Amino acid sequence: MSMIPDELRYSKEHEWVRLDDDTATIGITHFAQEQLGDVVFVELPEKGSSVRQFASFGVVESVKAASDVYSPVSGEVLERNLKVIESPELVNSAPYGDGWLLKVRVSDRGDLANLLSPADYRAHIGENAGSGGD
Amino acid sequence: MTVGALLRTPLYEEHRALGAKLVPFAGWEMPIQYPSGIVAEHRAVRAAAGLFDLSHMGEFHVRGPAAVAAVDRLVSSDIAGLAVGAARYGLLCNERGTIVDDVIVYRLDEEELLVVVNASNIDKDRAHVTGHLEAKVDFEDRSMETALIAIQGPRAAVILSTITDLDVREASIEALAPFGVTSARVAGARATVARTGYTGEDGFEIFVSSDRALGPWTRLLAAGAASGLMPVGLGARDTLRLEARYSLYGNEIDETTGPIEAGLGWTCKLEKDFIGRDAIAKEKADGPARRLVGLVVEGGVARHGHEVFADGIGVGVVTSGTFGPTVQRNIALAYVPSGKAKVGTDLAIRIRDRDVPAKVVKTPFFRRAA
Repeated sequence: MSMIPDELRYSKEHEWVRLDDDTATIGITHFAQEQLGDVVFVELPEKGSSVRQFASFGVVESVKAASDVYSPVSGEVLERNLKVIESPELVNSAPYGDGWLLKVRVSDRGDLANLLSPADYRAHIGENAGSGGD
Repeated sequence: MTVGALLRTPLYEEHRALGAKLVPFAGWEMPIQYPSGIVAEHRAVRAAAGLFDLSHMGEFHVRGPAAVAAVDRLVSSDIAGLAVGAARYGLLCNERGTIVDDVIVYRLDEEELLVVVNASNIDKDRAHVTGHLEAKVDFEDRSMETALIAIQGPRAAVILSTITDLDVREASIEALAPFGVTSARVAGARATVARTGYTGEDGFEIFVSSDRALGPWTRLLAAGAASGLMPVGLGARDTLRLEARYSLYGNEIDETTGPIEAGLGWTCKLEKDFIGRDAIAKEKADGPARRLVGLVVEGGVARHGHEVFADGIGVGVVTSGTFGPTVQRNIALAYVPSGKAKVGTDLAIRIRDRDVPAKVVKTPFFRRAA
């Protein structure tokens, strides 16, 4: 059973986003890290670059393969998680915590309307509703 | 062999029960990893022990008074000089001196050899071998009737010894020499046990009849649990072999590569006659145009097919690449021009339109302490 925290919004590509004012924190979901397996490399855009909703902004690589990560919102990169670049396994051990990837200044809060609720995301990955978060 | 449907080893249900992720590999449905994941499995093999189901591999038995001479002509290494109870790595080559497969030949008896081949090459190898054997040599492909279980890692010998009786009573399984092979009973099942492997660790490969595979597998899992033994899938098998710089057929070697450029000249006994010998001797005398080298990559994970650059010019290609869990670096093997093959040479690998630095290093990337 995947952990799907209630306070987040999700993309179909298995990213999550938490919005505090116009700062969005972005990562990949517990389900995604489980599918990937051991993450060994993370490539992220530098501060000041821009990301576009549903466009690829970086790469998360497991031992076996590389996967693109897509931004759930459009905006400007405020910070990339240097800790996760140094210790990519944080994506596995704490996908919603220390394993976050980017902080982005959101250009349009309306972007969130295009994302999935926890219940919708749970349905998207084929799990039954009512199975609480972590 | 059935086309379309995937084959399953006799341990398929065990893998499912263990929660393995199963993927198609060489026509078989094989465990690529168990729930602990590739890195944990890799580390278990280096620190304790790992248990592998390799029943997809092919097993050819060649028998008769002329068996040794016949296989000696087919395999690049010295098979004629192989003592009973010993095994040797070698190559099947074609007349062009390129590689049909890499194999291990086990001399089970005066007049019986076991040739273990890659699963993806069973049909091709059977045609190649039988096409070159004389009629008086008895050939039997026992791939579908044979299960292969490997136990690898520093604790493999101790764990295996608890459930093994050697048919030869005076020796223990722990006394079996590296590349030695013997008949034994493992968990009561008649088995051929060899001290061989593909991980860079001490370890054993256990050949049993497919219908007797369950006993050794479950008994070894249980016997090793307290010592840290884990079931290990093909994912960690690949990272382990790459750290140890073992070639993978289809990646480093195939019918477009020769033994010398692949760094496998040591497997070729050029003083004897074998198929491909003349072409390989010429490759050695001329010096190969390219060589397989080990690379340490900074700032990205190189993968099979990535292009290698020297001073901005494409010069070669990555055959295998991964993060090495033991060496803690991104490592790769690549073919590069012989002039760029020296240890210390700075190269670059194009990973997703970005050139990341790579340096030629000595291999193996990992060597276990003696």
